[in-house]
Amino acid sequence: MTFNTLNYSKMYNRRIAMRKGIGDAFYSLFLLSVLVGIIGLITLLVQVLTEGIPWLSWRFITSFPSRHPQEAGIFSALMGTIWLMGLTAVFTVPIGVGAAIYLEEYAPKNWLTRLIELNIANLASVPSIIYGLLGLTIFVGWMALGRSILAGALTLSLLVMPIVILASREAIKALPLTYREAAYALGATRWQVTKSVVVPAALPGILTGVILAMSRAIGEAAPVIAISALVYLTFIPTSPLDRFTVMPIQIFNWISRPQNEFRGLAAAGIIVLLIILLSMNALAIFLRNRYQVRTEV
Amino acid sequence: MEQDLTKSKSKIIWLGDRAKSTWGKRQNIEGRAAQIFLLICALLSIATTVGIVVSLVSQSVGFFKEVSIWEFLTGTRWTPILIPRSYGVLPLVVGTLLVTIISVIVAVPIGMGIAIFLSTYAPEQLRRIIKPVLEILAGIPTVVYGYFAITLVSPMLQKVFTNMLIFNALSAGLVMGLMIIPMVSSLSEDAMMAVPQSLKEGAFALGATRFEVALKVTIPSALSGIITSIILALSRAIGETMIVTIAAGATPKMTFNPIDSIQTMTAFIVQLSLGETPHGSLEYNTIFAVGLLLFLMTLIMNLLSQWVVSRWHRRY
Repeated sequence: MTFNTLNYSKMYNRRIAMRKGIGDAFYSLFLLSVLVGIIGLITLLVQVLTEGIPWLSWRFITSFPSRHPQEAGIFSALMGTIWLMGLTAVFTVPIGVGAAIYLEEYAPKNWLTRLIELNIANLASVPSIIYGLLGLTIFVGWMALGRSILAGALTLSLLVMPIVILASREAIKALPLTYREAAYALGATRWQVTKSVVVPAALPGILTGVILAMSRAIGEAAPVIAISALVYLTFIPTSPLDRFTVMPIQIFNWISRPQNEFRGLAAAGIIVLLIILLSMNALAIFLRNRYQVRTEV
Repeated sequence: MEQDLTKSKSKIIWLGDRAKSTWGKRQNIEGRAAQIFLLICALLSIATTVGIVVSLVSQSVGFFKEVSIWEFLTGTRWTPILIPRSYGVLPLVVGTLLVTIISVIVAVPIGMGIAIFLSTYAPEQLRRIIKPVLEILAGIPTVVYGYFAITLVSPMLQKVFTNMLIFNALSAGLVMGLMIIPMVSSLSEDAMMAVPQSLKEGAFALGATRFEVALKVTIPSALSGIITSIILALSRAIGETMIVTIAAGATPKMTFNPIDSIQTMTAFIVQLSLGETPHGSLEYNTIFAVGLLLFLMTLIMNLLSQWVVSRWHRRY
């Protein structure tokens, strides 16, 4: 009897030790996964910085592309990117926010609303190159806009529209119902409530979504290649119907060349692109923080 | 109820003085116009889908008049711009699958490990730092990953596989895996965090270790979210374009050997877009036929993920 109890307690202790051991082993594996992700990110950034910094200069930013790596710069691509982003925002913001307002404030619960919602979720995960083919057929071809900034901007607007819609809906959904009820109690119509209460209060959240959408658009190369093809530009676009190139395409162009010097230029271009992206994200975080403080008060 | 308020409001104004009544009418007209504008904005998303289908189908029709669908889907040689021409899409599909499988083998275990670490082990402050840092990975433009693959990952792998070309499926797949880690980890972690604390505490009270709670309570309860995150990551990997264009090569090949140079469907579309192929030619139409197949593949994945959510999702 005593012997048995002793035996059981020994088995029990051994089993506990084993379970704890397995737990610890897996804990180290999970920790390792986090480290792999972080080390991957750091390696990538270090690689870009060490290769790119020697090539980075004011001359690099203000020069046109060239066959001679020493003289080449990213100016036309930078200007193309600014043009493209500006126009994309003009199309995306009113339509994306409008769709979000409709779905949150107006839409009845019926099959059409469900179809629109399902459809937006699907559009969010259509590969970006497919949008490029859409733009190539409809904007470049049928609407005869040519391989222009306008065609590129319309294409990118469609690509990032789901991001703006989803983010704006979240921002609008987060507003307390009391805001709207107070306005209705004052006798406002639905549109007055939307225009004077809902949109201003949800604006910081909407802006955050717009910035995130733009930072997605700024790094997109594939759909823009389908629209603009690969062009060698030594002028700055002056109208929306001009041909253009953007930073990711210029970087891609430099990566594809065999000479090592162009790899360095590509890294320098990547640094400029990442700095722009980082500033946009910092702005989004700043807006989000301000917004959170305001609702808590 | 909101509609009633609007109606009674205009009635009150109508009973009041005339000046106010025109004001009320103007408000109604403005509201009406706004509502129609907002509806059009929402319908534009449906127009986008229709636009995608119409543009892909209308341009592929020309292609499928000359090449039968059967030949396209089952042919094993893809040489649309070289003579003798051959339009079997399978090498591109195999190339796409090869890179996708490599990236998923990287991203799923690591992403799941991160999700379990963050949801079960990490203290709140650490979670708040690690999560946004890892999400930076998802925000980096894909050309940057392509650059990373051919300037660092490929040369390093060449030291192991000495006969490997600089352009190969393995380095493209590994780097793509790094890119989609946050997709798997973020969505899975959200699902794991949504599992009620009481379920986990119940298991702890029975003497389970943290790992046993994660394995036997958290993961089964969050399974629909985890599966959705994996399907979405797969769909993202299939459609990813710049990494494979830069790093995987441009030689369509029926091979599952990861150190071979291959070509994916997306990389083929970019390769042909770079040249100024004349509109309406058979070469030009091939990119739409390949695009249509790619769209259908990702559409199936997306519908599958939505079905998983609607069928298996548990609310607590």
